[in-house]
Amino acid sequence: MYAVELRGISKKFGDILANDNIDLAIKKGEIHCLLGENGAGKTTLMKILFGLYSKDSGSIFINNQEINIDSPRKAIDLGISMIHQHFMLVNRFTVTENIIAGEEPSKGIFIDEKEALKRVEEIAGRYNLRINPTAVIEDISVGEQQRVEIIKALYRKAEILILDEPTAVLTPQETEELFQVMRELKNDGKTIIFITHKLKETMAISDRVTILRNGKKAGTVNTAETDPVQLARMMVGRDVLLQVEKSEREKNNVIFEVKDLSLKNVSSNLSLKNVNFQIEKGEILGLAGVEGNGQLELEEAIMGLRPIEKGTFILNGRDISSFSTREKRNTGMAYIPSDRLKRGLIESFTIEENVMLGSEWKPPFAKRGIIDEDKIKEYTEKIIKEFDIKCSSTKARVSELSGGNQQKLLIGRELLADPEFILASQPTRGVDVGAVEYIHNLLLQLRDRGKGILLISAELDELRSLSDRIMVIYEGRIVAEGRTEDFTEEELGLLMAGQEVEVLQS
Amino acid sequence: MKIIEKIKNMSFLANILYSILAIIFALIIGAVLIFLSGHNVINAYYNLFYGAFGNTYNLSQTLLKTIPLIFTGLAVAVSFQCGLFNIGGEGQLYWGAFATAITAITFAKLPGPVLIPLSILAGAAAGGIWGIFPGYLKAKTGAHEVITTIMLNYIGILGTTFFLKNYFKADGPVDQTVFIPESTRLKELIPYSRLTWAIFIAIFTVILLDLFFKKTSAGYDMKAVGQNISAAEYAGISTSRVLIMSMCLSGAIAGLTGSTMVLGVLHRFITNFSPGYGFTGIAVAVLGRNKPWGVFLAALLFGALEAGGMSMQLFARIPSDLMTIVQGLVIIFVAAPAFIQVIGKLIPVRRGAGLDE
Repeated sequence: MYAVELRGISKKFGDILANDNIDLAIKKGEIHCLLGENGAGKTTLMKILFGLYSKDSGSIFINNQEINIDSPRKAIDLGISMIHQHFMLVNRFTVTENIIAGEEPSKGIFIDEKEALKRVEEIAGRYNLRINPTAVIEDISVGEQQRVEIIKALYRKAEILILDEPTAVLTPQETEELFQVMRELKNDGKTIIFITHKLKETMAISDRVTILRNGKKAGTVNTAETDPVQLARMMVGRDVLLQVEKSEREKNNVIFEVKDLSLKNVSSNLSLKNVNFQIEKGEILGLAGVEGNGQLELEEAIMGLRPIEKGTFILNGRDISSFSTREKRNTGMAYIPSDRLKRGLIESFTIEENVMLGSEWKPPFAKRGIIDEDKIKEYTEKIIKEFDIKCSSTKARVSELSGGNQQKLLIGRELLADPEFILASQPTRGVDVGAVEYIHNLLLQLRDRGKGILLISAELDELRSLSDRIMVIYEGRIVAEGRTEDFTEEELGLLMAGQEVEVLQS
Repeated sequence: MKIIEKIKNMSFLANILYSILAIIFALIIGAVLIFLSGHNVINAYYNLFYGAFGNTYNLSQTLLKTIPLIFTGLAVAVSFQCGLFNIGGEGQLYWGAFATAITAITFAKLPGPVLIPLSILAGAAAGGIWGIFPGYLKAKTGAHEVITTIMLNYIGILGTTFFLKNYFKADGPVDQTVFIPESTRLKELIPYSRLTWAIFIAIFTVILLDLFFKKTSAGYDMKAVGQNISAAEYAGISTSRVLIMSMCLSGAIAGLTGSTMVLGVLHRFITNFSPGYGFTGIAVAVLGRNKPWGVFLAALLFGALEAGGMSMQLFARIPSDLMTIVQGLVIIFVAAPAFIQVIGKLIPVRRGAGLDE
């Protein structure tokens, strides 16, 4: 028997067909992965099931009954709960207050706090969800907040749980803990729909997988009968190399060095304390860490976008600490920022206009302050060709491009001036599997051509396969540094979570 | 590939279509109001149109009303391209007018061909300096330019009055300077129309600004800062310098409003001469979508409504205030395109894409 059955669901946004005649059947009590790249239509489909979007056509069956779900309220009444990527919690409320909000047990006109606490603790206990019911949300970790969301759903008697990319914000250990909870829920008869684009997690947790590609269903397979290579092929529509080959390297001169960097971010109260590292020519240094532990502060400090308390930056033996952002960019530093739409690109500008961003005063793009449009077009076409960017024309707006193509455009522009040092932060975030493969190979090529690369990433797999050395950052401090092969994934996970680990230092 | 180009062109056309629809809807509601106030709608609109475009003289009056609105509209549009909202056009244009008049009076001995450009430059410089203050405060302290420019309006309007009364007042009951020398007065294009070649200065400014934003690095920097200040900073653009520059440029253009009023129409500086050009400029910029040529067309429409409205009042005995209401309605419709969609259902609603993430 199917807990959920979607038949022929279609949904259009403007001219874009986000869901195209999708059938999906979820068995009661299974963990079903909804796998696909960014923009494949996974979240849209689930938002239709949860009543957040109206469908253009198709029908929804819950427990074999056709039902029109036109609001989240109705979905919740049917026992469906969705846990969004961005949590919907009131930061200043306690865990318990958040869980009961809207469905408070009452005693007359007052909230029955004892009863509330009892029910929350009962649910938490039954599924091994570690929380402190009286803690305030803003004081607890992201992992805990996620558990609060899950309890909130169970408190509303959810039988079908939709989890939208729940592991994106978790360390490997937290992910494993979440999987444990999911298994407990499954044993208790709950049905779970798990939205993800990660192959490894799909293989680890699901019973069955439905793959979406470009808004269409590419197929449903039993997890036990498939493998990552097949899943990747269904996701992308062609064969994908999941592993990159990395050549051996020899010791070389230092190209970029950070000495004793300290700063304080007043708004987040996070400080970088005495950060030191060196990167050699032809080396990729990876920076691992859970987001929000100082990576953003570090990248902005290096590029001169954030004031520092003390510290020195040395590029190729030259002290560039006092350089402005523009001077740094003109002296052989390229920067792929972690938030490409906030920092790297101007969405409302055309591709051409974005290509000249940062070089708008420099020949060949401009002479004496007058822009040379032909030259810009020429270079834009070169980047589009070389980096295989899919776009309608050089005058298309960047907002029309997919995440992967935006990132390729950004990287193409940054590499135009043939930099010596590349600061790449989250270079594959939100890009499709095909583009990930491309960017990984590109970074390795740059490394082999003798460039120094600082790779900041939240993806451990990416760091482990690309980096020659890895540093781990935790609460603004570099807590470990060593050759990539000296760390196991578990050790890195523990270090990222702030635990002390005995590691061989190289 | 071609199709996407076409859609983009359509959205450009759709923009113009929106504006035209806004004007039509405003005129329809205006017609209802004229009817409710007991007047003949056809007679009213005939006089409106005839008064604006009916003959050479009427057309010249439309253009005359258009000139200050082109400048103040451009001033708002320039700052808006850089993400700033310059409400201070009024104060800036008073300084522009004051500086122009004082320059022309003080250096009366210089020949006209030298003194006219000098007076205009003085007006632009004065407006520009008045624009630098809010620009600097915004860039260095984060003080919101809407607040500072509004406050500086008072200081500008009353400051020029102060200097006038204390140092430059001509004899007589009115707070005004003496006349500027004959040689500095701009030549009339049509006798008795008061329309001078200031209209060409205005059109020239439109052309220059259009090129500035399309072809120059400095214009690009302003747009980049306006669209995404974080990305501009990342690209190494000195955002505070660009913010100050754009407010200076905006103020200078607002200053030209005062210059052309003094040299072309008033021939002296008079306190409280502006009926709120600086504020109408905001509406003109909104209607013109903050593009130089859009501002030109919007200013022309507003000029026509004013000139036509006066003739409507004169010949059809319908208060010209009704045309002010029509102006207001145009802006409401332009600012709320959804409103038109609801009424007209002529253009399908384009919903924003809401794909994954």
